[in-house]
Amino acid sequence: MKIKVNKEACSGCRLCRQICTIYHFDEINPRKAALRIEAQFPTPGSFRPWVCTQCGKCAEACPEQAIYEREGIYFIDKDKCTRCLICVDACPFNVMFVHDDVDIPIKCDYCFKCTEVCNTGAIVRID
Amino acid sequence: MYGFAGQMIRINLKTGDIQKRLLPESFANEWLGARGMVAKILYDEVPRNADPLGRENKLIVAPGVLTGTFVAAGSKCGFGAISPATNGHADASVGGHIGPELKFAGYDLIIFEDIATEPVYLFIEDDMVELRPAKHLWGKGSLDTEKQLKDELGEDFEIATIGPAGENGVVFACITHDFGRNAGRCGVGAVMGSKKLKAIAVKGTRSIPVYDLKSLTAQTEAIIQRTKPHPNMAPWQKYGTALFVGWSNDQAAFPAKNFQSSYYEDWPSIDGERLVKECKVADKACFGCWMNCGKYSRAKVKDREVYIEGPEYETIALIGGSCAMTSIHDVAYGNYLCDNLGMDTISGGSVVAFAMECYEKDIITKEDLNGHELRWGNINDFEFLMNKIAYQEGIGKIFARGTKGAAELLGKDSIKFAMQQKGLESSGYESRWAPSMLLSFMTADIGAHHNRSWSITVDMELGRDEIKGKAPVVVYLQHIRPLFDTLSICRLFWGELDVMPSEYVESLNYVTGWKTTEEELLRTSEKIWNLTRAHYLQRNGGPGRKHDMPPARYYEEPVPNGPAKGKVLTLESVNAMLDEYYEARGWDKEGNPTAELLQDLGLDYVVKDLKKIGQLGKPLPGGIPKVRGQMLKPKAM
Repeated sequence: MKIKVNKEACSGCRLCRQICTIYHFDEINPRKAALRIEAQFPTPGSFRPWVCTQCGKCAEACPEQAIYEREGIYFIDKDKCTRCLICVDACPFNVMFVHDDVDIPIKCDYCFKCTEVCNTGAIVRID
Repeated sequence: MYGFAGQMIRINLKTGDIQKRLLPESFANEWLGARGMVAKILYDEVPRNADPLGRENKLIVAPGVLTGTFVAAGSKCGFGAISPATNGHADASVGGHIGPELKFAGYDLIIFEDIATEPVYLFIEDDMVELRPAKHLWGKGSLDTEKQLKDELGEDFEIATIGPAGENGVVFACITHDFGRNAGRCGVGAVMGSKKLKAIAVKGTRSIPVYDLKSLTAQTEAIIQRTKPHPNMAPWQKYGTALFVGWSNDQAAFPAKNFQSSYYEDWPSIDGERLVKECKVADKACFGCWMNCGKYSRAKVKDREVYIEGPEYETIALIGGSCAMTSIHDVAYGNYLCDNLGMDTISGGSVVAFAMECYEKDIITKEDLNGHELRWGNINDFEFLMNKIAYQEGIGKIFARGTKGAAELLGKDSIKFAMQQKGLESSGYESRWAPSMLLSFMTADIGAHHNRSWSITVDMELGRDEIKGKAPVVVYLQHIRPLFDTLSICRLFWGELDVMPSEYVESLNYVTGWKTTEEELLRTSEKIWNLTRAHYLQRNGGPGRKHDMPPARYYEEPVPNGPAKGKVLTLESVNAMLDEYYEARGWDKEGNPTAELLQDLGLDYVVKDLKKIGQLGKPLPGGIPKVRGQMLKPKAM
């Protein structure tokens, strides 16, 4: 189970970022999304989605063992997290995010809502 | 208050004073945002004799109530001012991401007043709102400025800029955002430049309050899944609006050589197929839009390689067909020139086409052009004139006034083929065989812009030669279409993918907690229409009819070739359409709104203003029509 990225297909609409925050925070606020779209303009003119691969580097880096794995997906235990943000720095794809209103880093939990709304095939659920 | 971010900012550019306050709820509920708020503020706050490029004009930035919410393409941001092109109310909208970003930062409305002493740009990061020096950006191209500000501030800032044309008061200067999306029309960029405001940079990290997010989400998710397999989806995604170049020629609606004809023989060299094959590098969508009509392109012309979003249909029509270009690279390059110099591609293309026809007819000569030429289809000549216009040099000073302003200076009956209405150049639909489309242009409050009413399919459905029976449909379209600009969302899901107005009403009620109806919203749209009409009359005198007469080409010159060969309207038929239109609107025979209508719409204060200038419509013997406008949804192309 993973999210496949077809970077050429992304058109930068960020619908994925909207739906992510709706389902995880009950609000529309793309700054709280757990994935990002890299935009390179004016040249070469491209978008690229960056999503969590559940590689576990965040868990390896966490000094509090606050990040645990369940069925291949990594979650943050908010009671253990001290918001040291070492995991954010450790993420090889820069897809762990920080927002002032949120106590712990924001991380993808593979709900796949983003893949459901994407209409270009830029992010696709693979089972 | 749901749907709105909740705050407004008033900025005096001269003193640097920045006043933040809560957005008044009754004002927001009444005017909804973007075009609605712009109309009311301009009417109330700008003196009737104010110079559009002077200190008393105001520049307004306003997303709308649905902008940034989880609806079909809640992407738009309205810009407004008194237009230097039309001397009337102007609103122009841009997609991309800056409208939503403003709301994520907490703001529904910014009003810029007066003129800065030195060039500045507005910086917004949530609560932090400040004017910053922009001397280092002044003189730079729009696209170059956006890149530089992103380098300075960070990729996650959304930026709107003007180019040299805006700085130099070209009356069709635009405001550019997202590397090629524009608040293009009516010269809002010139107003921004007159205020020495080079750019707006915004980053917001907050959420927009939504009354019933659960229901809104369920509704929009269902619309997404329903529209994904719609037959129009795939072609839209592939070609964007450039899809319609061939269709428009087939329908004899494509402007060729400054609207001399409605059929352009070389259209296959500049259509969507060519664009995708030769220039496209990426699809590019606005915020929250899953039909991604933007085609980001690379054009190779001469020894240059440039990148630009587009060209879309309008740009292909006006720079391509109207200037008779024969290569999609030339059209895309022309698009780039307009965007980086900061000029609307519709008006910009049309102005060059008008100049090319003046050159063809010896109204301007090589001598006037310092030895240069203005030949149809010549990109070097196009570039020469564009640069002259943007920097107001030589012959450029004449054409920087737009086609109407230029024709007034050039004389020799050139006004007959200055393809504009009220000073705003016509969008890309030649209308001698599409009378209702022409009526749409003639009567549009801001001038000849297709976002007010697009009705070629109405002509197709009711008969291409038919004059009668179309005006009420145009009135309806003039209420429904600009409604999208008021809610500040993209209309294309309605026009192309059958998302129904009732669904937008449902979304709006989920977002706001209101229990509004389609009828109420259309009434608001009609109210705005009458307010902007009354404002126009107060600034430009009346009666209304004299402002609604189209360029003589439409009723004097038969179409020379193509499917509409020989077609032409007559002065009588043009006037007959206006008669029917005024009646359908509840205006008098001279096109002035009546007291009964204005009072019915809650615009009592406008009655005395029109009376004062002697332009209040005479009472209608049978009273105003109870129902104004007749629905006929244009078929998707």
